[in-house]
Amino acid sequence: MRGSKMVGCAIVVALAATACGGSGGDSESKGSSGGGFSMNIAEPKRLVPQSTTESGGSQVLSGLFTPLVDFDAKNQPVLAAAESIESPDNKVWTVKLKDATWHDGKPVTAKDYVGAWNWGAYGPNAADGNYFFGTIQGYDEMNPVDPDGEEGPKKAEEPKAKELSGLKVIDDKTFEITLKAPFAGYKSVLGYTVFYPMPESALTDLKAYEEAPIGQGPFQMDGKWNHDKFVKVKAYPDYKLGEKPKVDSVEFRIFQDQNTAYNDLLANNLDIVDQIPTEVMGTAPGELGDRFKTSQASTFQFVAFPTYDKKYSDARVRKAISMAIDRDEIIKVVFQDSQSSARSFVSPVVGGYREDTCGEACKFDPAAAKKLLAEAGGIEGNKINIGHNADGGHEQWINATCDQLKKNLGLDCVSQAVPKFAELLTQVENKKFSGMFRMGWIMDYPSMENYLGPLYSTGGSSNYYGYSNKDFDRLLQEGREAKTEAEAIQKWQAAEDILAKDMPVIPLRFGKNVFGHSTNVKNVEMNLFNQVELTKVEKS
Amino acid sequence: MGRYVARRLLQMLPVIIGTTFLVFALVTAMGGDPVQNLYGERPVPESIRVALTAQYHLDDPLPIRYGYYLAGLVQGDFGTSLSGSRPISEMIADAWPETLRIAGIAFVFEMIIGVAAGVMAGMRRGKFLDNLVLLSTLTVIAVPIFVLGQVSQIFLGVKAGIFPVSGTNEGFVSYLLPGLVLGSVSLAYIARLARASVAENLRMDYVRTAKAKGLSPSRITGIHVLRNSLIPVVTYLGADLGTLMGGAIVTERIFNIPGVGYNLFKAIQIEDGPALVGFVTLLVIVYVVMALVVDLLYAVLDPRIRYA
Repeated sequence: MRGSKMVGCAIVVALAATACGGSGGDSESKGSSGGGFSMNIAEPKRLVPQSTTESGGSQVLSGLFTPLVDFDAKNQPVLAAAESIESPDNKVWTVKLKDATWHDGKPVTAKDYVGAWNWGAYGPNAADGNYFFGTIQGYDEMNPVDPDGEEGPKKAEEPKAKELSGLKVIDDKTFEITLKAPFAGYKSVLGYTVFYPMPESALTDLKAYEEAPIGQGPFQMDGKWNHDKFVKVKAYPDYKLGEKPKVDSVEFRIFQDQNTAYNDLLANNLDIVDQIPTEVMGTAPGELGDRFKTSQASTFQFVAFPTYDKKYSDARVRKAISMAIDRDEIIKVVFQDSQSSARSFVSPVVGGYREDTCGEACKFDPAAAKKLLAEAGGIEGNKINIGHNADGGHEQWINATCDQLKKNLGLDCVSQAVPKFAELLTQVENKKFSGMFRMGWIMDYPSMENYLGPLYSTGGSSNYYGYSNKDFDRLLQEGREAKTEAEAIQKWQAAEDILAKDMPVIPLRFGKNVFGHSTNVKNVEMNLFNQVELTKVEKS
Repeated sequence: MGRYVARRLLQMLPVIIGTTFLVFALVTAMGGDPVQNLYGERPVPESIRVALTAQYHLDDPLPIRYGYYLAGLVQGDFGTSLSGSRPISEMIADAWPETLRIAGIAFVFEMIIGVAAGVMAGMRRGKFLDNLVLLSTLTVIAVPIFVLGQVSQIFLGVKAGIFPVSGTNEGFVSYLLPGLVLGSVSLAYIARLARASVAENLRMDYVRTAKAKGLSPSRITGIHVLRNSLIPVVTYLGADLGTLMGGAIVTERIFNIPGVGYNLFKAIQIEDGPALVGFVTLLVIVYVVMALVVDLLYAVLDPRIRYA
């Protein structure tokens, strides 16, 4: 029996070891440590600028890097890392850089920008931000498509080029971008995460680089990215590209669940929560007092009509459905005022936004809605459905919307859940989904064009419902090629007016940043990209 | 004994191959689109889809993909995760110790308190203590774990400040509350199991004989009754340790412990086949080993059971 005794002992030892093995207290317990603060993020997918499009990674990188342009209070681009961004014809853009150094002391050069962008644009690298480079000349040569579709036996061919022909290094501090087509608002595009540079050394071993990215921004890494736990950064002493941070350090704590982060905020263990969970929206203003904050965000939620579904082919039917929805009530009851009603086709955060462009069609008027539907001859089968992805938490508001439609139009309305958004899109693309479906959009750069193009132009990247209008496309393109911003906006507004007539989608809600902070910090602001402005935060 | 152990370990191989293949097949059968899942609601550029599909063999038939996976596994390579493209072995190495810590605390807690409460209740059937144990265990079993977790987090963490609210950065203390919450349900089962078992054994003939021989009551219960009563409890504990080590999705989420449960949840969410299979393989190994350990412990408790 000696053997079995030993087994018993081994178990006891193992248990003791695991239960007593603390993690060695590798971080401060309190939210504020010395001159720093902490905030919550979700585990970043990657920390490579060209491959970071989700909020957790972007938030960290916004501290480590300075973009070429930033945005002022009116969401107009202002130069940040760039000395100047000029173009005679809006097609060839010359970018001059300010003097700056990487966190390891080496100077930032034009090569660092061009190299990083080329890496991002090269298809086989599968960078998440790849499509942002699609407007630059030479992108297509780097991103061949599968000749016979995904299902076919033929493999996609090798890319013909490894570098964007539209990117040229002029000298150490200057490079040139040639676009496929003129675009007056291109300066605004360059404010996004994927246009950050990377030091040349990064490209030789990206895996090693992203564990502790070297940037040229106000903060530098403090230690390595501790996966699923935290990322720490500290102020970079030689920062010259803009405002220096008012704190010594920031700890990005990785949370799985917003509710937990919120509880940590209540206990003053965490300084900033960038999103108050909907569950506590009712109690949070009371619990946080003036530390409960909201600001305008770029999110746009709407319901789309697939053009292949004949049920909704009459614009009067689409307008009637829109008029029968009481947006304000849903926002109050379901969202506890954490969003605002949408009655336009572009978000209020972009230049050229006008209130109520949707006009009558977005005003809640059940009587008129009923009349209009009757004029259009009602709806086939007297039954409609609204599709959504079950993992997105949309059930509640869709049910509320359905209840309103039942009550106000006398229709039968069903919410149809598909497990995941990807599946919903696949069904729509294969014309298998019948009915309306929900959609959401977050902008990439603050311009009307970034709503109009992807969402409503023929073949737009997120135009899954197949809306197509030649006049709209023409006006959109004319706006892109306009000489001045003012002229561009005029064209785009004319394009938006077409949408109000056609009603390809029902605008429902614009998002807000709803955030909160502890008693340790003040001046907490969030920008359009749903990010906390790290350099503005002060200790209180 | 040694041969028995070796045989049991060899039996693990087909079990592991079978389960990993099953998980692989199930993930494939979900028929989702992992590439789109990675992108959330953003459009996926065609060229990226092509690159990722080639990289992870997403368009190959199931047996071939599984072959790729096994070939890697034999070389000690668990593959890379779809999200963030981290090596899965690294993810396991990070997550596993976290789960072990809360599992260890939960296990010790349920073992000591559960067995003690059960034995005491069994000895004093129908008395106040017995009723107290029955009532409290019933309550714990009836309350869902996410309620228990959130309520204890808000009251003991946020309001009273006795425990850290979440996270793992205060060493041992950070794991205490999640461990206790995680162990509470099993503790209730163990207490009830031990109570029934002790009560049954106290009525046995050998206890009457021992009393008649004049053995002291403490020796009768402490040695004879306890040892015989613990066999079902040990079985339950062993199985439970396997479950505990499998990570606790709900508890880890509430207390923000980046353990196995968290990784499983993430992998299921984005249909990350490689990561899912990697973690499940680990769970299978844990279960099989725990079952073996429990079987060996029987021999310690009851000499009549031999593995010759």
